Amino acid sequence: MQAALERIAVPALALLASAVLFGLLLAVYAGVDPFDAFGLMYQGAFGSWFSWQNTLTRAAPLILTALCTALPARLGLVIIGNEGALVLGGLAAAAAGAAVTAAPPLVVQLTMIVAGMLAGGAWIAFAGALRQYRGVNETISSLLLTYIAIALMNHFVEGPLRDPASLNKPSTASIGDANMIGNIPGMDVHWGLVFGIVACVLVWLFQRFTTWGFAMQVIGGNPKTARMMGLNVGRYVLLACGAGGAAAGLAGTVEVAAVLGRANASLAVGYGYSGILVSFLARHNPLAIIPVAVLLGGIGASGGLLQRRLDLPDAAVVVLQGIIFVAILASETLYGRLLPRKQEG
Amino acid sequence: MDHGGIGLWGVPLAMLAGAIRVSTPFLFVSVGECLTERSGRINLGLEGTLVMGAMSAYGMALYTGSPWLGVLLAAGVGVLLGALHAGICQLPRVNDIATGIGLMLFGTGLAFFLGKPFIQPKAPVLGAIDLGWWSDIPQIRQALQVNYLFVLGIVLAFAMAWALKNTRWGLIVRLAGESVDAALAIGTPVGRVRLIATSIGGAFAGVGGAFLSLYYPGSWNEGLSSGQGLMAVALVIFARWDPIRCLWASLLFGAAGAISPALQSVGVTEGYYLFSAAPYVLTLALMIATCSPERSLRGAPGELGVVH
Repeated sequence: MQAALERIAVPALALLASAVLFGLLLAVYAGVDPFDAFGLMYQGAFGSWFSWQNTLTRAAPLILTALCTALPARLGLVIIGNEGALVLGGLAAAAAGAAVTAAPPLVVQLTMIVAGMLAGGAWIAFAGALRQYRGVNETISSLLLTYIAIALMNHFVEGPLRDPASLNKPSTASIGDANMIGNIPGMDVHWGLVFGIVACVLVWLFQRFTTWGFAMQVIGGNPKTARMMGLNVGRYVLLACGAGGAAAGLAGTVEVAAVLGRANASLAVGYGYSGILVSFLARHNPLAIIPVAVLLGGIGASGGLLQRRLDLPDAAVVVLQGIIFVAILASETLYGRLLPRKQEG
Repeated sequence: MDHGGIGLWGVPLAMLAGAIRVSTPFLFVSVGECLTERSGRINLGLEGTLVMGAMSAYGMALYTGSPWLGVLLAAGVGVLLGALHAGICQLPRVNDIATGIGLMLFGTGLAFFLGKPFIQPKAPVLGAIDLGWWSDIPQIRQALQVNYLFVLGIVLAFAMAWALKNTRWGLIVRLAGESVDAALAIGTPVGRVRLIATSIGGAFAGVGGAFLSLYYPGSWNEGLSSGQGLMAVALVIFARWDPIRCLWASLLFGAAGAISPALQSVGVTEGYYLFSAAPYVLTLALMIATCSPERSLRGAPGELGVVH
């Protein structure tokens, strides 16, 4: 009982502390009334149907990229290459889509999804393989791979894959309007949101009800025991990293197929980095990722309003995200100590 | 094909210049992180510290007109962020890798937030020693402009190596990093040692950031750092926790980072972005080459990455 209460109370306390710190920063440094700011943020994130749709559109890639950290985290790995997998997934999807534009839309879309997921999955699986077979720290290697992925995207977008018609903003060729993945009926939110929610539920079912999911939990709990039990740790590392990367690649695919219509620098706007935060806030629980992504998507969506109305720098929401991140991590220490519990036995 | 009289020689020359100029931030961050990791803690947040250092140094130089006061402030900000990291990691059950990622996000966000007013104005920058006075060729003269901070960094690397090996303090730091049990047994305050080591490491990273904004590239903007702080952490692993090897590795990374602009300067623009990824590819390749699946690397502090 206490444990369940703590799971709500500790993050709530951390969020409250973050809000106070952020409010202080706004009041002291920017001379802005923090209550004004939080009111505006609520308006910009959840205040109207319009802002809800904006928030949900931003939440979609966050849900998918969060899985890129959450899945390997089950094995005790800290992967932060989400942005790279997203960018490469988007690039691969755009290239594949542009290559088969003449095919029926469904074929084009499926081709793009497969290409994007394969590219993202292979990228993160590579980081996992380096960890497993060479002992290379997966946190650092996956972030290095992100920088390499962004350089690759820039190279292809400005070089071999550049559409000569894209003058001001170098882009790949368009995948064609008919091939775009549209919106969910009745909403101004694209299908990526549904993909994300389905993916989270599938991952949850997998972790909860399959032997493989259980094996992953054992490995994350104690790799030595897992090895003694004869579990093929390498296979699970590749599987978790590959699936996580595929989710981030799907996020990139959706950005291309539902928002941009082509690959360009707008792919690398930080959804991958925010996805890391979402995964940690959700404590790597796939079902918790969905509401956390909506919350973070809302914070992101309100950035524009803060900038326009209060003249705050657009980095204000990044600061808030950073404060929340650190506060949540520091609050780990409170578990088991926040609420008095009855003596056991 | 005449490029200022030295033709394609411009490429190795520009890489030498790059090794001197681009390497300084790597040098400072990696030597500082070397000390931190020797005490048994990893600070991945140095990327954020670097950017905060760059921003605060630039702002200070702008207001006071003295770039050296800027460097000092950057070091101070680094100490604060380092102490924050150490303080949070000291809490039971807090993971230092994750906290580092959080502080990376926090530091860069805060720097962009507070640094908004400094993007336009031009601050006074740090001076350099002219070692190329003997040459008539402008490229050589430019390549041999050596900043004071680079020299300071080399001195500090050697001083750090000496202190870790030969002083009582160095022994205490290494003890805290090798075995908490042994350190506690002889009454070493492990937490305080790590707090100090992480704070000093933060100060180094802050100064590395000051170099970015006050010398090369010598301005403040949001794209100033491209992962140097993080690569320097990887570099420490490659240098096997030895400050002197950190120096050589930094020079190598600086040269790799200069390939792309060097090729551009002699007219090779093909594959600009591919060559710009050279330092990252190099880091990754070196890590693949030097790491081993058997956990303990030669020279690795025993307590690194252990959560208590």
